[in-house]
Formats: sequence, C-alpha cells, structure tokens
Amino acid sequence: MYRLTGVTKRYTRGKETVEALRGVDLTIEDGDQLVIQGPTGGGKSTLLQMIGGLDRPSTGSVELDGVDLATISEAKLTRLRAEKIGIIFQAFNLIPTLTAQENVETALVPLGVKPAERRERAAEALRSVGLGERLGHVPTELSGGQQQRVAIARALVKKPKVLLADEPTGNLDEGTRDDIMGLLEGLWHEYGLTFVMVTHDSSIARRAPRLATIKAGQITLTEQPGARQYAQQAPGVRAY
Amino acid sequence: MFGIYLKRELSRRKKAALVIALGLALGIALVITVNSVSAGMTQAQDKVLQSLYGLGTDMTVTKARTAPTSGSSGRPNFQFDAKSEDDDSTQSSDRVMTQGGQALASSLVAKVAAQQGVSSAVGALSLNVTKVDGSFTQGKAKSSTSGQSNQGGPGGSSGGSMPQVQGGGASFDVNSYSVGGVDVTDQDLGPLSTSKITSGRTFTAAETNAKLAVVGKSYAKENKYKVGSTFKISGTKYTVIGIATPDSSDSTTDVYLPLKQAQTLGDAKNKVTTIYVKATDSKQIDTVKATIQKNISGTTVTTSADLAETVSGSLSTASDLATSVGKWLSIAVLAAAFLVAALLTSSAVSRRVREFGTLKALGWPSRRVTRQVVGESMVNGLLGGALGIGLGLAAAYTVTAISPKLTAQLGSTGGGMGGGPGGGPGQQSAQNTMEIALSAPVSATTIALAVGLAVAGGLIAGAMGGWRASRMRPADALRSVS
Ligand SMILES: Nc1ncnc2c1ncn2[C@@H]1O[C@H](COP(=O)(O)OP(=O)(O)OP(=O)(O)O)[C@@H](O)[C@H]1O
Ligand SMILES: [Mg+2]
Repeated sequence: MYRLTGVTKRYTRGKETVEALRGVDLTIEDGDQLVIQGPTGGGKSTLLQMIGGLDRPSTGSVELDGVDLATISEAKLTRLRAEKIGIIFQAFNLIPTLTAQENVETALVPLGVKPAERRERAAEALRSVGLGERLGHVPTELSGGQQQRVAIARALVKKPKVLLADEPTGNLDEGTRDDIMGLLEGLWHEYGLTFVMVTHDSSIARRAPRLATIKAGQITLTEQPGARQYAQQAPGVRAY
Repeated sequence: MFGIYLKRELSRRKKAALVIALGLALGIALVITVNSVSAGMTQAQDKVLQSLYGLGTDMTVTKARTAPTSGSSGRPNFQFDAKSEDDDSTQSSDRVMTQGGQALASSLVAKVAAQQGVSSAVGALSLNVTKVDGSFTQGKAKSSTSGQSNQGGPGGSSGGSMPQVQGGGASFDVNSYSVGGVDVTDQDLGPLSTSKITSGRTFTAAETNAKLAVVGKSYAKENKYKVGSTFKISGTKYTVIGIATPDSSDSTTDVYLPLKQAQTLGDAKNKVTTIYVKATDSKQIDTVKATIQKNISGTTVTTSADLAETVSGSLSTASDLATSVGKWLSIAVLAAAFLVAALLTSSAVSRRVREFGTLKALGWPSRRVTRQVVGESMVNGLLGGALGIGLGLAAAYTVTAISPKLTAQLGSTGGGMGGGPGGGPGQQSAQNTMEIALSAPVSATTIALAVGLAVAGGLIAGAMGGWRASRMRPADALRSVS
C-alpha cells in the first residue's frame, strides 16, 4: 500500500519556483482504485510521478510497502519501476520504430527475461487486449485506441503491482474511451491492481468510487460509494 | 532487444542516419583523397628523381664547382673558313664539350667504390655536341646565339631549337645534342639505367671501345635513326645498335656511347663527369655522402634528397598544395563533419526525449538507453566510413584515371648532375623540365586511417548523444513535446 506524507514538489527554473504539490497526504490500499481530477496545472501529473517513482518529492515521503521512494537509491528506484509499476500515458508513448510486440517487450527488457519468453509473453499480452492479429504492426499503422491497447499490454505484461494512467483516454474519441476504460477496469479487477488514474473527463470521474481533486498542489478526497464502473458496463473484455 | 531496436531505428529513420553518415563520409573521403594524392605526388617526385638518377642510384659524385673565371670561357668557338664570295660549299663542324666543362679523373670511380657504405660506383661522361651545318660565303656565327640555343629544348635535347644565323650571306644551322658515355661493364647504374631498350640491344660488356651507339627514342625519331643507321660525330662513324626509351616522359641523353669512345670524342681521356653511387643501405645515404665528401676532396655529392629540394614547377606547387592546403582542408572538413554529426545526433536525441523518458519510466537503466544511442551513432559512423571509403576510392581512382599531367622543373645546380645534360656548354645552371602523370594510390594505412576516423566520428557523436540521453529523466515521459 501507498502512504504519502507531506509531499511537496517544487520546480525551480532560474529564479522562479513553482510549487506543484504542497503537503499532500494520501493513502492508497492495495487493489484500490483512485481517480485524480482537477484543473490544468493543478499538479495531477506531478502527483502521479511521485507515486510512480518517476521523480522524487522535494520534501515528504512516498512509501510503497514501507519503502520510501523519496530516498532509495536511483538503481533501486529504477528496479522498482521495472518490477512493480505499469504506466499508461495520454500520448501512448510507444516507441515509433518498434512493432507492437517489440514495444510490449521493452517492459520485460530490464527484468532480464530471455528473448524467446519475452516474445511469447508480449504476444500473449497483446492477445489479451484484443490485438493478437497486430503483433507486427508499428504504431503508425494502428488507430489511437489500438495504440493505447498496446500501451496497456506493455504496462501489464510484467504483471505489476501498481497501474498508473495519466489521462489514458485524453487522445481518444468517446466510443474508444469507453472501450479502453472498460478494458482497464476489467484488468484492474482481474489482477487486483492498485490503480491510480488521472483524468480530465468528468464522466469518468463521476463513476470513480474514490476521487482525489487537486487544485494548486493541494489534495481533497471524495468517497463516491454508489459509483458505477465501466467493467460492469462492458462485460465482453477477455481476462488476461 | 539492443540489436532489434538498433536495426529498427536505423531502417526506419534512414534519412536521419544517412545525413549523419554522409557528413562523416564527406570528411573521410576528403582525407582519403588528399592522402592518396599526396602519396601520388611523392611517387611522382620519386619518379622525377629516378629518371635522372636511375633506379638504384642513391647519389652522384661530381667535381666540386669552381667559380667560373669568365662567362665566355666555355662558349663554343667555331672555326669556319671564310671562303671567297662565290664559294657556296657546305661545311659541317662538331664541337664536343664535356658537360659542365669539368671532369673528374676516372680513377676516382674505384676510390669512391671503396668507401665505406658504398655498394657500387659507376662513372659516366656527359658530353655536349654542338653541330653546325652551314653554307655561306661570308659571315660569322655569333657565339652568344649558339650558346643560348642550347637551353632551348626541354631537357636540353636540342632538336627543337635551330636558330638560323644569317650574317653576311651566311646560312647555317646550329644543332646541339647530348652524348652520354656509359660504362658498358655495369649498366645497372648510370645514365642508361633510366631507360629501357625498346628496339635492338644495348652494349655488351665487351664493347668497351666499339663504335656503336644507343640512341634515345625522341632523338632517334627526330633524325629518323633506326637500328643499323649510322651517323658521324667529329668525323667518327657510329652504328646505331639500339633505341632507348626513357622511363619518364622526358629524356636527358640523346646518344649513348661506350665510355672510352666518349672520352676520345670529348678529349677527356680517363675522365668522367659523374660517378653514380649506390649505397649498401638506403637509410645510410647521408652518412655515405659525408664519408665521400670527407675522403675525396674536390667533389660534390648530390643525393636524391638534395635534388628533391630543387624540384619546382606544377608538380612541386601541387605537392605543396596537397601537403599544406589539402591537409588543413581535410582536417577542417573532418572537424566540421564530426561537429555536424555530433550536433545532429544530439538534436535527434533531444527530439526523442519522450521516447527515452518512457524507456526510463519503464525501468530501463540509464546506461542501457545510453548504449542504445551510442550504438546507433557507431553504426552511423561506420556507415559513414564505408560510404567515405567508397567515395574516397572513387575520387582517387578518378584522379588516377584522368592522370593529370604535372610538370617538374629540376634546377640542377651541380654540373652534370645525374647525367642529365640539360644545359649547354658553359656553366649556366640547367633546368630540366619533365612531365609526370599524377596518380593517387590508396594505401592500406589510408584505409585504416579512414576506418579509425569513422569509429572516432561515431564515438564522438555517440558520446554527445549518449550524454544527452543519460541526462533524461523518467518524468520526461510525460512531457508534451513529441
Ligand atoms: N518539469 C517542470 N518544470 C517546471 N515546472 C513544472 C514542471 N512540471 C510541471 N511543472 C509545473 O507544475 C505545475 C503542475 O504541473 P502538472 O503537470 O502536475 O499539472 P497537471 O495537473 O497535470 O496539468 P494538466 O491537466 O495540464 O496536465 C504546473 O504549474 C507546471 O507548470
Ligand atoms: Mg498532466
């Protein structure tokens, strides 16, 4: 589980200092889902970076299962990202020159998985997101929704503990958005992932059982017990 | 993954890779071209020197020059009988002079041969024959005019210049040519060693005093001499037994005679003008030179290095150009190519900031990302090297195929140096002009240098790009730049 205490993040550029996060306290239980929303520039992405170990807070601690990501060595942090954190981006962030299968394989590279096994697992992950027929395609040959599915396969192929998503449907149309949301929630259920997602989309936020709103670097939590989720709406998703 | 990723990047970003590779290729090609042209220049210079010396001649020994007592001392004086006005009979006169007017005793040849470090020594006598054919009633041949005529033709072969002197009803031709007396017992060294016998034969070792002649190709052509033809010098009849074609485009001697015959003609019994010396070790030439000069006084020893300093003309200009301008130009272009490759690689890396940030976010250690970048630019470098070697070879072969002609002027300040009687009688310094075709040989060292440069270029570019990549943070994966 995550325990964030007094997380502050300051960005300094020349003389100017921006406080992207100001004393954020947050706890996320294993297998929980947290949706983060808020105005642009509020600090959503910054918080996600702290949680994912992509950056370190200026002050405060980010503990994952008792390990403080703020203070462990760079090598350990890199290793932790490789093993435990799966990330999905708004812009998909696929390597443009690699095929779908190779893109998924990149997640297994730092874990030292043998090439043959790597290929097999990547193919399996792509099949589980409905792209079994597209293994050899490069990103430009895929639609936005398909690209995001490749990214999801890449995030999940290593069987991470945590799945982070920064506006995963931001670049997609509504229909595709529902597909992707359904897929993500299905996978979340299936694997008992800790799932943290940043979104601008209020219709997604409305369905979240637990909602964090970040404004000017400060966090407000809202519980929405009655929220209906995508997984219940889109049952056709094949388990991975 | 390293290999696949590398392959994908290079094959799907061909243009970017090609731009970097081409930049490096250009620099490397230039280095190869300049290097091989320089080598060609050196070869050409060697050839020039060889054509004067003959292969295997390391130095020549000539009489030390004494200051000429008077400018006119060596000028020819012709004695014609000024006949009566009605007499129009043709007269002919040959004036034979030793080249440079100064000779050494032939006993010195053995003395030189006995010096330490000398492998062999051969004496030769260079003569200059000035032939005047005339029919006239009264008149004078102006000696100064005939003196100038000797410098007319390239290399002193005088066929081209036949000033007609007409004075007081006189009409006659002045024609001069060079004669080389060769030691028939050792023809590996000496004036004839720079030529190939292309018709007939050369002297046998027994023909030490035979009235036979080998004639230079162009002189033979001019006078329509063939094997079996005869001609006279100062009343002595010689039979042509062979035609000699010089190794280089220009000949320095027109007629070769056995040494004794030449000595008789030149009134130089037991004299030689030049001693050709071969050293036992070509690296010890300077030492040998010093030894000879110390032990045998009154001589001038000229090595090919000394001679090389006197080379002028377009060969020397081009050679200077290749070694100075060419060298700096190729260094500048290469440096520019390295810089461009480094900047392009670095900017290509910056454009992939999100890509590398993502890989780091996925848990790729920094060094793995850096290795990828360095690998890519190494391949670019090697590609550039391969292209550059191809381009450079093409350029070098083109130069060789065109074989531009360069002229070389040898200001021979030593009398009778190299058996090349370039000047006329008298002590005017002679100039030998010859044409040399330039080639651009590419050596293995040059290729190795090119490969080294390609690797260096790839490494420099890779270091730059790799450094950039290593500084990227996983959070860059979220940057909005694409
Ligand atoms: N690398 C950085 N350097 C300087 N300032 C930064 C950096 N990253 C973020 N910021 C600043 O921190 C603040 C929070 O940024 P953040 O990206 O977390 O906002 P966000 O809530 O994700 O906004 P959006 O909805 O537009 O993505 C902003 O003011 C932003 O300008
Ligand atoms: Mg954001």
